[in-house]
Amino acid sequence: MVRRILIREEYCMGCRLCEIFCITEHSKTKDIIKTFKGSEPKPISGIYFEEIDYISFAIQCRHCEDAPCVESCLTGAMYRDEKTGAVLHKKEKCIGCWMCVMVCPLGVIKIDLENKKVASKCDLCIESGFPACVKNCPNEAIILVNEKGERIEE
Amino acid sequence: MKNKRYIIVGNSIAGVSCIEGIRKIDKNGEICVFSDEEYFNYSRPLISYYLAGSLKENQLNFKDKQFYKSNKVKLFLNTKCEKIDFKRKILYTKSGNFEFDYLFLGTGGKPIIPKIKGIENVKEGIFTFMKLKDVKKLKKYIEKEKKVKNVTILGGGLIGLKCAEGLLGRNIPLVIVELADRLLPNTFDFIASEIIENKLKEKNCEIIKKNTIEKIISKDGILKEVILKDGKKIKTDILIIAVGVYPNTELIEGTEIEKNKGIIVDEFMRTNINFVFAGGDVCESKEFDNNRSVIAIWPRASRQGKIAGINMAGGEKKYEGMFLMNSVELIGIPTISFGITNPENEKEYEILKKIDYEKKIYKKIVIKENKIVGGIFLRDIERAGIIIGLTKNKVDVQVIKKSLINDKFGLLYLPENYRKHIVKGEGIEV
Repeated sequence: MVRRILIREEYCMGCRLCEIFCITEHSKTKDIIKTFKGSEPKPISGIYFEEIDYISFAIQCRHCEDAPCVESCLTGAMYRDEKTGAVLHKKEKCIGCWMCVMVCPLGVIKIDLENKKVASKCDLCIESGFPACVKNCPNEAIILVNEKGERIEE
Repeated sequence: MKNKRYIIVGNSIAGVSCIEGIRKIDKNGEICVFSDEEYFNYSRPLISYYLAGSLKENQLNFKDKQFYKSNKVKLFLNTKCEKIDFKRKILYTKSGNFEFDYLFLGTGGKPIIPKIKGIENVKEGIFTFMKLKDVKKLKKYIEKEKKVKNVTILGGGLIGLKCAEGLLGRNIPLVIVELADRLLPNTFDFIASEIIENKLKEKNCEIIKKNTIEKIISKDGILKEVILKDGKKIKTDILIIAVGVYPNTELIEGTEIEKNKGIIVDEFMRTNINFVFAGGDVCESKEFDNNRSVIAIWPRASRQGKIAGINMAGGEKKYEGMFLMNSVELIGIPTISFGITNPENEKEYEILKKIDYEKKIYKKIVIKENKIVGGIFLRDIERAGIIIGLTKNKVDVQVIKKSLINDKFGLLYLPENYRKHIVKGEGIEV
C-alpha cells in the first residue's frame, strides 16, 4: 500500500496552511494554539513552500521508489518503512553528513546545522495515518493517491 | 527448482546493497557473505566520528543484526578469501570451500602507500585511515602515548580531511601536506579551499600546499620527523598517509577476470565472466562522462551493489554512471562539491559565483554549453541536490542561469516540464 502525495500546483493559492498543519501535527501536543504560542519547541515543517510572484507550490518528500537518499545514507538513519513504503528518518541515528541533501534532486530535506541532524522530512503523517497537509489544503492543491494514482480520502 | 547460491565477498556498502538487490527478486536463494574484518557491520566513512569521539563503536553500523537475519544471510566474519576456481565455481577461504552459482566481488579499495625514503624503517607512528581497525590502532596510540603532540597528515583529499576533522575533535595540532595548490583538489577550487584553510588555521592546523614528504626520519623504529620536498623539517609523532585509494583486486590477481585499474564491469555490473559481478570501489565502470573509471564514493558503491544483486538474481537493471561528488563538513562548515569545478580551459565554460567571506558562504556553478557540469556549495547547501539533479539529467539551463545561485533558488525556477517530471514520481501523472 504505497501512498503518495500528488501536487497540483495550478490549484495552489499560496496560503501556506499545509505548513501550519504539518508543524502542528508533528508537535508534542498536536494543538495548534500551543504549538504556535511558543509553549513548546516548534517543529520544522516537512514541506518546502516556494513562491515567485503569484505562482506558488508546496512540495514534500516524494518517497521515491529508487530513493537516492536511502542509498546514500552513511548511518542507516534514512530508511524505507517496509509496511507503507514511505521513506522515513531516524533522528537518533543521523549525524548530519548531508549525503541525502547532496543526492536529493528535489532538495526537500531540511537541515539543522547546529544539531547536525536532518531537521525535517515528510513522513506522510505515519502516526495519524493521513497527511495533515492534504487534509487541510483548502483548494485540493495537494491530494493523496494510491499506487494506481487513484485518490484516497480520509 | 534448486535454490541459487550467491556468494558476496565484502561486507561494506557494496556487498550489503547486493544482498538487498538479490532479495528484491529472489527471496529463497542462499546468500553467503564473506568479510576479512571482525565487525558484523560498520560504515567506513563514520570512522572519523569515532576518532573524534562523537560516535561509539556500537553506533557505527548502518545495518543492524536483524538485517542479516531477516534476509537469511550467512555472514562469515574474519574470513579471508584466498582463491577462486572459476571453472568449478568454488571459493576457497580460510574456513573452508564454498560452491556458488553467482559471485559478487565487493572488495573495496586499499590505501596507497607511497614509497617515501625511510618509510621502511618506521615500526611505530605511521597510520592509514580507511578501516575501523586502522582508526582503533590510531586511537589507542594517541591515548596510550600521552606524548603525542604533533600529527602530520599526508594528503588533503577527502580521507585526509575527514581524518583531520576527527583529530581536531580531539584538539590535536595538525599539519596537512597536500601536493596540489588546494585542499580537496578533486572537487574544490581555490576559493573554497581558502575559506576552509582559514578556518583550519584558527584551529591550530597548519596547511602546506604544493609540497610533499620526501624523507621520513625515525629512531629505533619510532617516527621522529618528516622532511618535505623543499627541505622543510616537521617534527611529528604520528604520520597519517591519506593520498588516495586503489582498487583491492588481490583476490582476482592472475585469474581470467579482466581488470585495468579496477575490475572491469559492464552496465549490468557483470565482469567478463558471466556469473561474476563486481561493484563499488573495486570496480571500473562506464561513468557519467562516458569514460570508464573508478569513483570511490559511497553512493556509487551502494547503487552498483544493488544493481549487481538485481541482475544476479535474474532481474534486469542498468547502471547509468555517476560523477565525483563529496559531502564533507569541515570545521563546522558543511560543503558539497561535485563534477568539474576548476576547468582548465575557462573560456569554454561559464562560471557563476557568489561569495560571502564573513558568513563563509560560497556557491559556484560551472556550465558548459548550457548544461551544468560541476559546482561547489559551502554552508548554504540545502538546495545543492537540485543542482546536482539538473547536472545528472543534462537539463538545459540557458533560461534559468541567473537564478541558479540566487538565494531563493528552488524548484519553481526550473523549466516546467522538468519540474513536473521530477515531482511526479513513478506512476503519477501531473
